[in-house]
Amino acid sequence: MRKLFAVASALALSFLLIGCETVQPWQKGNLAKPEMVFDPDPLQIRFMEHTYFSKEGASGGLGTGGGGCGCN
Amino acid sequence: MVSRSFAIGLIVSALAVSISSATAQEVGSRAPSFDLTGTVKPVRFADFKGRVVYVDFWASWCAPCKQSFPWMNEMQAKYGPRGFSVVGINVDQKREDADKFLTGTPANFLVAYDTTGKVAEVYQPKGMPTSFLIGADGKVRAVHVGFKDSNREQLEREIQAALAAVRK
Repeated sequence: MRKLFAVASALALSFLLIGCETVQPWQKGNLAKPEMVFDPDPLQIRFMEHTYFSKEGASGGLGTGGGGCGCN
Repeated sequence: MVSRSFAIGLIVSALAVSISSATAQEVGSRAPSFDLTGTVKPVRFADFKGRVVYVDFWASWCAPCKQSFPWMNEMQAKYGPRGFSVVGINVDQKREDADKFLTGTPANFLVAYDTTGKVAEVYQPKGMPTSFLIGADGKVRAVHVGFKDSNREQLEREIQAALAAVRK
């Protein structure tokens, strides 16, 4: 009975993990849409980012360059 | 006993996950074949036998792809007669998106549509665009991710080297 439970929980865990799908570079069409950006104004983003990294003392890491195509 | 069966279950599922993910194409490996619909007629990998092929994965939503098109047109015109073909594989899920892109950015090379991503699944491009330079022997000679104007010279040299290798 306990063995069955262990196998069942392992299977359940694996099914949950299968749900963790990596979006492949060629599937990023929807992510690259302009409406997917936090702020549609690029200058506003630059301004926010500048304030952010000045405060944090570290730059980069906010979003991806080139519209989410994974090319930069 | 319980932990052992748990471990076996995990190993089995880990194997199942690893089988589903294909390995990327590397330099020196045999380029996988493809058969896709093109703008006019089907684009088949087998049709390029004995030619140097530049397979470029692109998408309408990718800005550097737009930059690469004039260069690929130039390369096709310059080296096409010497046994070189550019094949642009579009990975948009909707063909209309690709066609809209092509009206603004004309392609004077073969364009194929991989709307389901089945060829991309096999080639595993790391970003958009990714190009695979395939020698006349059918082996991958170079893989290049992204496109910048500063890449032009290096890429052209690789094409020249691939063409020089054919004549030997």
